[in-house]
Amino acid sequence: MADEGLVPWRQLALGMAMPEAGSAKRFNTGDWRGKRYPVTDRDKCIKCGLCWITCPDMAYLPDESAEGYYKWDSYYCKGCGICIAECPKQAIEWREEKEEDKYGPACGS
Amino acid sequence: MARRVGLEVSLACAEAAKLANVDVVAAYPITPQTHIVEHLAELVADGHLDAEFVPVESEHSAISACVGSSAAGARTFTSSSSQGLALMHEILFIASAMRLPIVMAVANRALSGPLNIWNDHSDIMAERDIGWVQTFAENGQEVLDLMLHAFKVAEDKRVCLPVIVNMDGFLLTHVIEPLLMPEQAEVDAYLPPYQPQQRLDIAQPISMGMVGMPEVYTEAKKASLEALLGSYDVVKEHWAGFAKQFGRQYKPIESYRSEDAEVLFVTMGSLGETCMTAIDELREAGVKVGSVRIRLWRPFPVDDFLAAIQGAKGLIVMDRALSPGVPAGPVATELRGLLYAKGYHLPVQNFVAGLGGRDVTRADFRMMLDKARKAFAAGGEMTCEMVGVKE
Repeated sequence: MADEGLVPWRQLALGMAMPEAGSAKRFNTGDWRGKRYPVTDRDKCIKCGLCWITCPDMAYLPDESAEGYYKWDSYYCKGCGICIAECPKQAIEWREEKEEDKYGPACGS
Repeated sequence: MARRVGLEVSLACAEAAKLANVDVVAAYPITPQTHIVEHLAELVADGHLDAEFVPVESEHSAISACVGSSAAGARTFTSSSSQGLALMHEILFIASAMRLPIVMAVANRALSGPLNIWNDHSDIMAERDIGWVQTFAENGQEVLDLMLHAFKVAEDKRVCLPVIVNMDGFLLTHVIEPLLMPEQAEVDAYLPPYQPQQRLDIAQPISMGMVGMPEVYTEAKKASLEALLGSYDVVKEHWAGFAKQFGRQYKPIESYRSEDAEVLFVTMGSLGETCMTAIDELREAGVKVGSVRIRLWRPFPVDDFLAAIQGAKGLIVMDRALSPGVPAGPVATELRGLLYAKGYHLPVQNFVAGLGGRDVTRADFRMMLDKARKAFAAGGEMTCEMVGVKE
C-alpha cells in the first residue's frame, strides 16, 4: 500500500490538535455537491437574509459589493437546497452545473 | 492528619472531588449515582467548593460539557450510571481521542431492559473499549482513594487520558462506611493544581477534535492506544506516591490467600469482599482456595495478572454482566483469550452472578467452587453458568 503523505503516529500532536484556528476552511466541502447549485435572482430577492441564516455550511455571506444581498460561495455549498426551500420569495433556483463551472464565479448571478 | 469518619460512600466520592478542587462539574442525576451529584451541587451552592456546576439536560450533554471544559483547561468531573453512561457512549470515545483528563465516577448498575436500578456491571462492560483508564473500587475507602488517584493519573502529562472509577451501585454508593478522610493539605501535596498540556485559548488558538481522514485515522488510534498502554506505569507510580502520602497501598491486581491456592476466584469490585469471607471459611475447612481481584481494568495489567495466578490449577472467573451469544461473560472471555495467547493451559470456569442486584452470597461461592472443582477434575470443557437462575 502506498503510504505517501502518511504521518508517523508518534509525530501526531496530542489528541491530534492543530496549532491554528479555522483550519476547516481549507476543506472545500463544495466538492461534495452534486450536479446542481442554487442561483439567486436578485430581482426577486428582498434581502431578508434567510439563505444566510439557514445555510448549514455558511455558504452565503453578506455581499460587500452589493449592500443587503448575500453572496453564494461555491467552495462550501454542498447543494443541500435548504436555501431554496426557505426563501420566502422563491428567488433561489437550481441550476445544472457543468464541470467547468465547478469553481466558477462565486456569486448567485 | 486524616480524620476517621462514618460517611455514605457517595458522599465520600463527592468529597474526593471537592478535595481535588475540581473547577467544573457537569452531571445529570441517575440512580444510584444521584447522591454524588446532589452532594456536589450542594457543596457548590453553599460556597464550600469554588466550581462551576453545570446542571445539564442529559448525560450526553453532561459529557459534552465536560469535553468542552476540559479542553478549556479546567479540572473536570462527572458521574453517571447505567442508562446515563450508555447515553454518553459516543462522546466517551471522543474524550479519550482528544486526550482530555476528565474524571468520572460510575455507580455500576444494570442496563434496561427490563428496567432495573440495581447493581451489576453491564453498564461498564458495554464501555470497555472507550480508551479510558478504568479502575474498580472494592469498598468506600477505595472509592475515595481511587478518585484522588484518578485525577493524578489523568492529568499526568505522560497520560492525558480520561479516567473512570467504578463503584458498585447501592452495594457501595449507598452504604455508610468508616473512612479515613484526608486533610486538604495532604491532598494538595499529592495533587497539585492542574497544568494543561494544551488548551483552548483565544490568544493562542488551536483546533481540537479534528476530522481524521483515512490517511491519519489509523495513526491517531495507534497514538491513543499507546497512551493507554503507557498509562500503566504512571498508574502504578501514582499508587506508590499515594502510599507515601496517605499510607495505603494499591496494586493493579490484589491477591488474597493465593500463595498455595489450587483454585483462584477472579472478581472485580465489591464482590471481592464477600469472596474473601467465603475463602476464610473454605480455608478453615482445609480447601486450598484464594482470590485475585482486578482493580485496574484498563489498561489490563497482563503481567500482574499472570504473576498473580502462578501455581493455580484452575480459575473461577466471576462476571457481573452477560455477553450474549458468546460462550462466556466479558471478563472470562477476555481472560481465556489472554491465557491462550500467553500459552497457558489453565481451565477457566465462568459464573455470571449478581445480575440486576441479585445477591451473591458466601453459599454461592461454595457452590461455584464445588462445581468448578468437579469440572477441573473431570478435565472437561470450560463452561459459563448463570448463577441462581430459577428453572
